[in-house]
Amino acid sequence: MGLTNRSTGTYAVDSGLIMKRQYPDEKVIALAGNPNVGKSTVFNGLTGMKQHTGNWPGKTVSNAKGRYTYNGQSYILVDIPGTYSLMAHSAEEEIARNFLCFGDTDAVVVVCDASCLERNLNLVLQTLEISSNVVVCINLMDEASKKGIQIHAELLSKKLCVPVVTTVAREKKSLSALTEAIQKVTEQKAASGYQVIYPEPVEEAIALLRPILLEKAGKRLNSRWLALRLLDADTSLLREMRTLLGPDFLEDKVLKEALAEALALLSKYQITPKNLQDQITTSLILASEAICQDVVTMERPVYQFTDWKLDRILTSRLFGYPAMLLLLAFLLWLTITGANYPSQLLSSLFLWLQKPLSALCYLFHTPVWLHDLLVYGVYRVVSWVIAVMLPPMALFFPLFTLLEDIGYLPRLAYNLDRPFQCCHACGKQALCMAMGFGCNAAGVTGCRIIDSKRERLLAILTNSFVPCNGRFPTLIALISIFFVGFRSGLWSSVVSSLFLTAVILLGIGMTFLVTWLLSTTLLKGMPSAYTLELPPYRKPQVGAILVRSVLDRTLFVLGRAVAVAIPAGLLIWLMANLSVHGTSLLSLCALWLDPFAKLMGLDGVILLAFLLGFPANEIVMPVIFMAYLSEGSLIEPGSLEAMKDLLLAHGWTIKTAVSMMLFSLFHWPCSTTLLTVYKETKSCRYTLLAALLPTAVGVGLCMLFTGICHLFF
Amino acid sequence: MESVYPLNHLLPGQSASVYQLTLTGPMRRRLLDLGLIEHTKVMCLGLSPLGDPAAYLIRGAVIAIRAKDSQNILVKSN
Repeated sequence: MGLTNRSTGTYAVDSGLIMKRQYPDEKVIALAGNPNVGKSTVFNGLTGMKQHTGNWPGKTVSNAKGRYTYNGQSYILVDIPGTYSLMAHSAEEEIARNFLCFGDTDAVVVVCDASCLERNLNLVLQTLEISSNVVVCINLMDEASKKGIQIHAELLSKKLCVPVVTTVAREKKSLSALTEAIQKVTEQKAASGYQVIYPEPVEEAIALLRPILLEKAGKRLNSRWLALRLLDADTSLLREMRTLLGPDFLEDKVLKEALAEALALLSKYQITPKNLQDQITTSLILASEAICQDVVTMERPVYQFTDWKLDRILTSRLFGYPAMLLLLAFLLWLTITGANYPSQLLSSLFLWLQKPLSALCYLFHTPVWLHDLLVYGVYRVVSWVIAVMLPPMALFFPLFTLLEDIGYLPRLAYNLDRPFQCCHACGKQALCMAMGFGCNAAGVTGCRIIDSKRERLLAILTNSFVPCNGRFPTLIALISIFFVGFRSGLWSSVVSSLFLTAVILLGIGMTFLVTWLLSTTLLKGMPSAYTLELPPYRKPQVGAILVRSVLDRTLFVLGRAVAVAIPAGLLIWLMANLSVHGTSLLSLCALWLDPFAKLMGLDGVILLAFLLGFPANEIVMPVIFMAYLSEGSLIEPGSLEAMKDLLLAHGWTIKTAVSMMLFSLFHWPCSTTLLTVYKETKSCRYTLLAALLPTAVGVGLCMLFTGICHLFF
Repeated sequence: MESVYPLNHLLPGQSASVYQLTLTGPMRRRLLDLGLIEHTKVMCLGLSPLGDPAAYLIRGAVIAIRAKDSQNILVKSN
C-alpha cells in the first residue's frame, strides 16, 4: 500500500467480496498477478486512476477498484493483492483467492512479468483451474527485451487456450490490445483453458469427487479445482465455503463418503494431504517449465551475476549500512536545503498579505474583535502551517517516492532483516518503517505485507517511533534554530541534515528496542516464514511521481493540516482573549499543565500544542508560536531569527529544544494513525497500546534528560 | 563431484540444484510456490551486510532467504 490520500484516510479499508455494479450489465474484471509485476500500473493505465505504484512486492494490500469504458461497455476493474499462488498461505493470497473464487467476476486478467514468465505461469495455471475467462497480460516487455528475452505470445495463447497480450504498462498505448482482449473474453463463454495433468492417483481421486461436486456447486465453482482443494484439506477455503455455500455443504453424506474413498485411494499410493500439496505444486511448476521451453527464447541467461553489481555495493558487509545512512542524510539534506528558500518566500508573502487583509476587514466595517479573531487567530496559524510546514513536506515526499519507485526499499528490508530477526520480528517491518517516514497511517496499513499476525502487530505498534512527514519540519526548524544557527550555506545545511539523521537513528533504535521488548513480553513468539523478493532496479517515473506526490499527497495532507489549524487557531485566540479574573484561559491552561510539563523540560504551552496537534502533527509548532504571540508581539512567520527571539523570550533553552525534539519524536500518534491501527487490529487494547507506548517512551526520555541536566548542569 | 549440502553453504557466485526440502509448514509451501522444487537451479548472489539473509537467484527472480530456512534446503552441486 502506498502513500496516497486513499491509503491514509478513511479510505484505507478493505473492499468487500461482491462488487456493486452501477448498471446491471457492468462487467467485473479482476486483476491478478505475482507481486511487483506492474498490476497497479496496468490498473492506472486502464482506469485513469491514481492508485499509488511503487517498486516493491506487496504494495497493494487490499482490493482497489476503478471503472473504465471501452466501446460503450463499462467495466469495473479490481486490483487484487499480488500473490505467487492461490493456495492461500498468507492474508493476501487468501484475499486474492476468495475474490477469484467467490467475487462473481466476468473475467480475470493475470498480469505476468515477462522476465520471469516461468514462475508467473504457476499463478496463470492455478487461475485457469478456477475460471476459463482469463486474459494473460505479459507486462514489462521492455525490460525483457533489454535482457534479450523473446516471448511468442501467439504460441502461448494456443497452448493455454486463452488470449495472451503483451504490454509495456507504463506506455498507455500498449494497453489497447488488453482492453480488446478483455472485451472478447467477457462477451463469449470461453472454452476450457489449459488444465494441468496431475499424477495418476491424484487424477483418479479427482474423478471420484468431481461428479458429486459438479452437481452440488458446479454453477459457482470449478468442480475439478474444488475436488483438489477438498483433497488437500485447505482449511481456510473450507471455512470460506461454509459461509458462502451453507454450513451443510461439506456435511453431505454422499460427498463425505466419496471423499473418504478418494483419500483411501491416495493413501494406497502413499499420498497424504500433506505431500499432496507438494505434488500439486510440483506438477504446476513442471507444467510451467514445459510451456516456457517452447514459448520463451533467451539470448543469454536471464539474470547475470553482473546484474547484482549495484547490490554488491548497496548490500555489502562494508558499505551496506554506510550507504543506507548516506542516502538518508542526502535525502534530508536535499529537503532542508531545498525547503529553505520557498519557506522564506512564503512567509514574506503571507506577512505582506496580512495588510491588505486587514484593510479589507476595515472596508467592510468588521468589528475589531472579529478582525482580530480572523487575522491574528485563523490567518496567522494557517500561514504558519503553510510557510513552515509545507516546503519540507512537499520536498521530502517526492524524494522518498522516488526511492520507492527505483526499488531501494526492498534492499532496506534485506539489510535490516538480521536486526529485526534478533528482535524476533520480520524484516519486512523495515518496509513499513520506511513507509512511516512518509505517513505513519500508511505505514500501519502497509504492515499487511507481514504474514504472521504477531509480527504484524509488532510492526503496527512500533510504526510511530519513526517521525512522519508531518513531524520532520518541526525537527528541522528546531535544529536550525538551536543547534546549527542561521548561516546559510553548504556547511550548515550538511550539519543540519547530519543532526536530523541522528535524530531519526534514535527513532529507529527505539523501534528495535521496543520491538524487542514487546516480543519478549507481550507478543512472545518465534520468527515465522519469510522470503523477500528483491526486484530489479527500475528507472523511476519522475513526472508521474511529481504529479502524484504533490496532488495526491502533499495537498491532501496540507488540506487536513489547514482544516485542523483553523479551529485550533480560533481556539487559541479565544483562549488568549477570554479571561477569568484577569488571567486568560490560555495562561490558566498552560499554568495547569506547567508543573507536569516542567518535569519533562517543556512548558505548559508546548504540551497544550501537542494535545491540540492530535488530529495533525503539522500544527504543533504553529500553535506554540501562536500561543506565545497572543501576548502581543508580531513577527514574520518563517523567519528563524524572529522565531528564536520569541522562543528565548519565553524561557526556551537548548535543553527545552532537546526535550521538545524528543517529545516530538515520541508521543501519541495522530488521530488518523490511531484510527488506522484500530482498523487493522480491530482491538481497542492494541490501539491504546499504540498510543501509550510512544508516549511512555517520550515522557520517560524527556524526564530522564531533564533529570540528568538538573544533576550535572 | 556430487555432494549434498545445505543451501546456506553456497558462496556468492556459486550455483547448485535443489536436492530435497527438509523444512515443513508454510515456509515449505512458499518455497515450492516460488518454483523451488527438486532439480531447480539456485545461484547465491550475495549476503546481506550482517551475513544473513542471503539473496538467491531462483527461476529468474532474486529471493532473500534466512539461514535458518536455507539450512533446511539441501542442494547438490552440478
